[in-house]
Amino acid sequence: MGLRRLTGEHLARLALGLIMLGLPLGLVGAWAVARTAASPTTVHGRVTEDGGWLPGTLRATVGTPLRLRLISDDVQHGFAIGQSDSPAVDLPPGEIVDTTLSFSQSGTYTFYCTRWCGPNHWRMRGVIEVTGGQPAISDAIDPLYLSLGIDIDAPHPALVVPGVRPSAERGEALGTGLPERMRSRQDFVRRSPVEIWQGLRRDPSTTGLSDSQVWDLVAYLWHSTTSIDALSDGQELYAQNCAACHGEDGAGDGVMAPNVAAPVLAGHESGDQPSSPADFTDRSTMLGASSALLQGKILRGGMGTGMPYWGPILTDAQLWALTDYLWTFQFEEAP
Amino acid sequence: MMRFDLTRVPIVRAIFVARGPQLALQLGAMSGLILVLVAGLLGTPVGSRNPATVLVWIAWWAALIIVAVPFFGRLWCSVCPLPLPGEWLQRGAMLRPRDTGRGLGLRWPRRLRSMWLQNGAFVLVALFSLPVLTQPRLTALLLAGLVLLSIAISMIFERRSFCRYLCPVGGFIALYSQAAPLELRVRDAQVCAGHTTKTCYTGSATGFGCPWMAFPAGLTSNVACGVCLECLRTCPLDNVAINLRPMGADLLDSSRIRLDEAFKSLLLLGSALVYVFVLQGPSSTLRSSAAAVGTAAWLAYVAAFFLIIAVVLPALFLLAITVGRPGTPGWLSPSQGFRRFAPSLVPLGLAAWAAFSVGFLLTNASYILPALSDPLGLGWNLLGSSGMPWAPIGGSLGAWPLVVILLIGLAWSSRRVRAVAEELGGGVRAAIPVWAFSLLVTSVMIWVFVA
Repeated sequence: MGLRRLTGEHLARLALGLIMLGLPLGLVGAWAVARTAASPTTVHGRVTEDGGWLPGTLRATVGTPLRLRLISDDVQHGFAIGQSDSPAVDLPPGEIVDTTLSFSQSGTYTFYCTRWCGPNHWRMRGVIEVTGGQPAISDAIDPLYLSLGIDIDAPHPALVVPGVRPSAERGEALGTGLPERMRSRQDFVRRSPVEIWQGLRRDPSTTGLSDSQVWDLVAYLWHSTTSIDALSDGQELYAQNCAACHGEDGAGDGVMAPNVAAPVLAGHESGDQPSSPADFTDRSTMLGASSALLQGKILRGGMGTGMPYWGPILTDAQLWALTDYLWTFQFEEAP
Repeated sequence: MMRFDLTRVPIVRAIFVARGPQLALQLGAMSGLILVLVAGLLGTPVGSRNPATVLVWIAWWAALIIVAVPFFGRLWCSVCPLPLPGEWLQRGAMLRPRDTGRGLGLRWPRRLRSMWLQNGAFVLVALFSLPVLTQPRLTALLLAGLVLLSIAISMIFERRSFCRYLCPVGGFIALYSQAAPLELRVRDAQVCAGHTTKTCYTGSATGFGCPWMAFPAGLTSNVACGVCLECLRTCPLDNVAINLRPMGADLLDSSRIRLDEAFKSLLLLGSALVYVFVLQGPSSTLRSSAAAVGTAAWLAYVAAFFLIIAVVLPALFLLAITVGRPGTPGWLSPSQGFRRFAPSLVPLGLAAWAAFSVGFLLTNASYILPALSDPLGLGWNLLGSSGMPWAPIGGSLGAWPLVVILLIGLAWSSRRVRAVAEELGGGVRAAIPVWAFSLLVTSVMIWVFVA
């Protein structure tokens, strides 16, 4: 009887030992092996306040695929490479998403979050330093606002504003023979609508037109120097990247607008002085800005305002498409 | 009152008396605890994907509140893994008694022999519950802390002092186990009176003395009995029974209720109310405040929590009792009334917690299989369910299942209120204000569920 009791106790202790030592050791061992085994580079995504992308800097070599294991540690994030045609990858919280990148040119690439994960979503960026091979062809041309010497941080009030919303359709219907030099896109993007309006007002071809009709011509010039595809792309880009702060209707009242005005991250000395997002429906400021100025603000970011810098993210075509789209908050499109 | 002694069925008695089945369940629960601890500390920090949070706060909590407590009383306490390391160390044995006990074996201080510490522990956990519910690491640290605390208590004090007087969940289970249709009682108290050695309390070669420091012959409710089955093993006179009984049998006698237990009824009802508001209510600001521990918003949440559970609800309940006083000289004092009527709230409180838990389970149950399939967040797919999407269950039913559960609790509580009022000679007049109180609390919760 005594032997049976002892055996039972021993068996119980053995079972307990297996559970209390074997189970944790097995789990920890599997965890350690999985972490150290040859596996893709693991990148954790967290809202910016908790660290953003970890690690924030990756390294790759031209011609060698970069295998990434992406894990969101908190909320829904997205992963994309700036200025790339590759589609964004969604990262549901806690799910492991494997993706492979390949680079044909060396250089520094920016990866970023594509989902509005929090008030500081746009700060959630990292870089991939790609070495080997040929360097990417550098875009040596300065941004237009720099070559034009535009101070994009200076106020740009509109000295005159239209009484009614200018219409590209009405402007086209006027059939006015505009000077050829004014019909070019280059001309339109370099001058503000007010400057264009003033130029047109002085031109003999508009002598018989009212001020409002000349504004319609300005709208027509905008519409005729862009394209339906560009406006469509711009609309999509705006919805993805801008509407959260600037509002769907461009009035600067997006759902994240209150957070932009809130203090920036504690401990992050960015030097930003957040202010309210720009109101694209405000004639008194928008019509005094040229497309080159707007594109410059998007590209460089509104330093000192909390406006993100999109230069490393958007391609040149995307930047201009977005800029063109912003005028839809001032002008009525032609059908 | 009708009762059926399950131990009269030989095979059932054999299962209860044998240590193997209970030990197997305990070791199973211990395995679950270890998985939770390792996953909580090493796995993904995403609460909805980690077994620590998913198994504990969705699966275990729902099983406890919806099934275990209402139908099996304190049976969970007999397999709960938290006190087992401490108990086994204290005994120096896992099965039968041996002469290898350790620890100081001090008696728990007389002044602390009440539910007040458990009430405090429950409130303490509740105040931090939102971060704990959502952060696997905090869940693991909380459970590890409770295990270590129970070991320390077991090394200093006798028996299961931790379970009886400190465990934050123990008091919860104790209170609501009174509604269960299962009880451990002696068959004939006279037999116990004549049994001089009282092996059920002192222990014998076949089993340990009651770990819960209860004398089975003195049990009048499930509150003090952890259903560890030791007395069934140590009684040489075959005088211990596991009875099936009508639900809520313990609530029929409210004369024995002490203030700590009475207050517990209000505390848990109020906590359910707060939880429903915070976790299932429409205000994300409230949820954010409850989660932002240490901030001014969280302090406001703490103040509101205390205000509701310690001031508003008790004051309203006292008011209801006072308004209903029949004016007869010598009728109950407010304190007596509080103690006599408070047990009537047990069914409503249990229903409130069950409704809350059913809602929580239906919403979040689809997290369980994916979390188990990849317990450490390493990309495994052990059960083939890692990619299973989140999908709430029973969405088409809306809040009606929860409303029905609440109404059952309200009806049950109202019946008890009427019975207590009649028993005390207060009649319907004494019952109406307490009914109004119960209806008010129920209505608020229904409003949250439906809105």
